[in-house]
Amino acid sequence: MGEITTLHYLVVAAALLIIGTIGVLTRRNVVIILMSIELILNAVNLNLVAFSRLYGLEGQVFSIFVITDAAAEAAVGLGIIIAFFRNKETVNVDEADLLKW
Amino acid sequence: MSPVATPVFFYGLSITAIVFAVAVITRRNAVHAALSLIGTLVSLAGLYLMLYAPFVAAVQIVLYAGGIMVLFLFVIMLVNLDQNLRQIQFNRQWVVGLIAALALGGLLLFVIRQGKEIFPLAYSAALPEAANTQQIGIALYGHYMLAFEIASLLLLVAMVGAVVMAKKRI
Amino acid sequence: MLASWKSYLSMDVTPGEAGSQLWATVYIIAIVLGISLAVIAMNWLERKILAHMQVRLGPMRVGPHGLLQPLADALKLLIKEDIIPANADKLVFWSAPVVVTMTAFITFLVVPFGRTHAVTDMNIGVLFMLGLSSLGVLGIIMAGWSSNSHYPLIGSLRSSAQMVSYEVAMGLAIVCAVLLTSLPTGTGTLSMIGIVEAQNAQRTWFVFKFFPLGFLAFMVFAIAMIAETNRAPFDLPEAESELVAGFHTEYSGFRWSLFFLAEYSAMLAVSSIAVTLWLGGWLRPFANTLGGPGWDLAFSLVPGLSFLAMAAGCFLGAMRMPKIVQMRAQALGLGAFGALLALLGLVLLASGVRQRVQDIFWFVAKVACFMYLYIWYRGTFPRYRFDQLMRVGWKVLLPLGLGVLIATAIVGARQELGAAIMRVVR
Repeated sequence: MGEITTLHYLVVAAALLIIGTIGVLTRRNVVIILMSIELILNAVNLNLVAFSRLYGLEGQVFSIFVITDAAAEAAVGLGIIIAFFRNKETVNVDEADLLKW
Repeated sequence: MSPVATPVFFYGLSITAIVFAVAVITRRNAVHAALSLIGTLVSLAGLYLMLYAPFVAAVQIVLYAGGIMVLFLFVIMLVNLDQNLRQIQFNRQWVVGLIAALALGGLLLFVIRQGKEIFPLAYSAALPEAANTQQIGIALYGHYMLAFEIASLLLLVAMVGAVVMAKKRI
Repeated sequence: MLASWKSYLSMDVTPGEAGSQLWATVYIIAIVLGISLAVIAMNWLERKILAHMQVRLGPMRVGPHGLLQPLADALKLLIKEDIIPANADKLVFWSAPVVVTMTAFITFLVVPFGRTHAVTDMNIGVLFMLGLSSLGVLGIIMAGWSSNSHYPLIGSLRSSAQMVSYEVAMGLAIVCAVLLTSLPTGTGTLSMIGIVEAQNAQRTWFVFKFFPLGFLAFMVFAIAMIAETNRAPFDLPEAESELVAGFHTEYSGFRWSLFFLAEYSAMLAVSSIAVTLWLGGWLRPFANTLGGPGWDLAFSLVPGLSFLAMAAGCFLGAMRMPKIVQMRAQALGLGAFGALLALLGLVLLASGVRQRVQDIFWFVAKVACFMYLYIWYRGTFPRYRFDQLMRVGWKVLLPLGLGVLIATAIVGARQELGAAIMRVVR
């Protein structure tokens, strides 16, 4: 318990990734699925910044780009949710089955 | 100035982050889930500060917690989710999903355990963080200029796309 | 331990840099008390100044010239019944004012009242303050949503949309000022103390730099900060004639006073950013043109003399009170207040105190000017309609901010730019 090493940060990032994956795979509400995707992206960011501590600034620069892309993706995803909700009055993904056979 | 009480802060922040993350995926109320995600983001910003990345921590707070989550909360309030509170929250294949995610977790932990000789475990001395922002600026506008311009183009495209999709009549 | 505590006093850095937890705590307590005092004073000042601008008197009964009115208001708010709307989300309802107040107070960790008079000097100071105002927006959304009522919901959505829009313009104006810090050495800084030191090194306040570019950036920030704090003329989301009280409609008593405290602290915080970035922070006016020991002495007498002038005003008011027996208590109270101010003024004139208090006085005086401007705008301008408000934020301030940023960059780097163009041409 004395020293905090890279391994500790990697385990935390892995835990966040798993929790995010469980959220994506098990929830019906599409807004919460989007939030779980944000959790996954944050786990990746933590990983990048943890390694950047050892190897130089590239990890932090990459994580800034990841945050930028997460913003773009959240905006477009939420736009899609609004358009979908306007048509179908629901945010559950298993009711988005118009193209199913 | 040397860091103080590092294990206390690390365990506190990481346990907070994980607790809030679990709350995100289990809350029935979408607003509660969004607020828990904000808690996770702020805890992660604290972890970035511990990793001597103050600029990334500040960007996380300004953009992620203060921008993206505001967007999420707006949409949650505009989309009427009262009906949704009474419906079933987890889908029919939740057992399979859980097993798959835990298998992925096992794989990740196995990879970390096997590969941990590749990188030095213990951190060296404290990094000078006074020039962190300047160095990131030099990297972004020097070596990574192309990625920077592409990211700004991506943001433009996303802005136009989101506005078009959320409009009532195009 | 006592020796380590005393050793800080002879050091030349902020407590955060020195790693001294005790003195950092002392500074934090001093700042919290200072902000509370400032908010109380702002309450009284706003009502009196607004009243005098509207040719009426304002509160006159509660203390001499209404001086005890803020205390009466605070007491009333504390003993009011705590009402929570039915079906309100209790946890979020309870925590919304806490979030807004906490973010407004935490911003003062990096505000420099002097070269060594800040709690700490983060090397991302300005970005830290910007981030905390973004977190404050979240508190407003929480307040509006958890009240389970349509006026607060619409008010909070409008309020947060406005704050997020004007944050972009604020950010651009801040980048302009940060750009100017890099001019002499080629390395800029985001730290608040560093920005004031850069203004000191360049011997000019950034508001006068590359006139009119610095001034335009300052104006963009000054307008955006009023919209950021939801004050007139951008106060549609919380105006009484429009949305009852916006996002804090359903809050009463102590919870409302937390929102009030948070709003005024946010006003103080963004004014501190404006003063630090453009108006030279703790530097005295005319440090360049009117330099030298004679002028330094003259300017160092200003704090004491200003308090003595305020005391003279109090004595004048006490003498002008009606000479009836019912007003005797008020006249005596005003005289006592004047005596207190005179004592403070005499203490500030003493030679040992003068030098130490200089920085803090000039900083507080500049922020006080901004507070007066806030009240002046409230008494002068009609309210913007919400679509006009959003138009100003996105279609006027944002392009103006971008233009000023590009122009500042070109003018600031004109030698390198010229050399690069010559190299390409040749």
